[in-house]
Amino acid sequence: MLSQKTKDTLLGPLNANNPVVVQILGICSALAVTVQLKPALVMGIAVTIIVAMANVIVSLIRNTIPMRVRIIVQLVVVAALVTLVSEVLKAFAYDVAMQLSVYLGLIITNCILMGRLEAFAMTNKPWDSFLDGLGNGLGYAIILVIVAFVRELFGAGQLLGFQVFPQSWYDAGYENNGMMLMPAMALILVGCVIWAHRAYNDKEAK
Amino acid sequence: MKLNTNSNIYTFVYMTVVVVIVAVLLAVVSSVLQERKDKNVLLDKQKQILGALKVDSIQGDPAEVYLALVNDTIRLENGKEVYVANLNGATKYILPLAGKGLWGGIGGYLALNEDKNTIWGVNFNHEGETPGLGAKIVEKEFRSQFENHHIRNAEGEVVSVAVLKKGKLAEGKEQVDAVSGATITSEGVSTMLAEEMKNYAQFLNDVPAQKENVEPIEEKEAEDVESKD
Repeated sequence: MLSQKTKDTLLGPLNANNPVVVQILGICSALAVTVQLKPALVMGIAVTIIVAMANVIVSLIRNTIPMRVRIIVQLVVVAALVTLVSEVLKAFAYDVAMQLSVYLGLIITNCILMGRLEAFAMTNKPWDSFLDGLGNGLGYAIILVIVAFVRELFGAGQLLGFQVFPQSWYDAGYENNGMMLMPAMALILVGCVIWAHRAYNDKEAK
Repeated sequence: MKLNTNSNIYTFVYMTVVVVIVAVLLAVVSSVLQERKDKNVLLDKQKQILGALKVDSIQGDPAEVYLALVNDTIRLENGKEVYVANLNGATKYILPLAGKGLWGGIGGYLALNEDKNTIWGVNFNHEGETPGLGAKIVEKEFRSQFENHHIRNAEGEVVSVAVLKKGKLAEGKEQVDAVSGATITSEGVSTMLAEEMKNYAQFLNDVPAQKENVEPIEEKEAEDVESKD
């Protein structure tokens, strides 16, 4: 259905060229919003939508952008989209918007966005740019969800706010791991994901 | 003729057009969604007041529950507002709080019993305190410490409640434990309480203050719910 090239554009960032675990971009927000699964999911979706849309817009106007101010134009596009998403969240998902608080605004500074705009959208057609944005956004979202899954499960015994570990475990002496709630643990978990990812891919290559 | 996209005039015009388009777009979206955002902010405030009243576990629409319980607003001369709630026949006064944390503003609602001394419940909120540390002030574990403490000293003067590290002793006022690892946020809560108690001194120390009834329609709803019980 898709040609090999478009397939690579879309699926590459999910694994072999993942923005978080291979290019080590967007780590800051990956540490900040992964205490619970819900904000991580919303953040992943928000970034995916914004990268894809920003990629398309920049790709559409790429031939008209004056080279000297291209970064500023890219920033204006991203900032406008981020503000739009934040307004929509405040109107339709207020508690999530409050939970993401400053990190939503900080999507503007997420290196993945500027990286994709500068490296891909400036030189590629809108459709390819859209797929590239989608792939990179989802690649980022996957890592966020993995990290948030582990952190919420072991840090609070819950998933998406629902209690997973029964009360009987706590009565038997099990305790939530408070370390999981610290940003430091998120960094260690991202490290573990990178380790697993490299180990698996090296094996595949051989 | 091909446009020279690198000329100064082109760059200048291009940026102006882009910025104007974006500004108009954002302004339109913002004003279209304003009503919904205001509604969310109000609902959030009502939920927080219910939290201070310790009725957060209640089933049903928070706005309706709020209107059924909170039926009076007292406006002080300095512009501060006190909400009066009727919780199972007992009067509770709710004082809105605002202060500063480590990274940004913190706020909350303090619910007092009818004696204007004993704390019934308290709820805190924050803009962006550190998750897992300062952000813990919103958690029940920290908030529930305040319950049944008194904001007055033995002489009956309003002195607020101190938030202090375990082991430290407050002079002349009651105290609760700070969040460990979040010294500045905890101090912020302590300062906020102390400062706001001064702002509410007029209300706390004398009884007559101009009362302002809320809309009659809300009063009626409140009675309806009560009569159903």
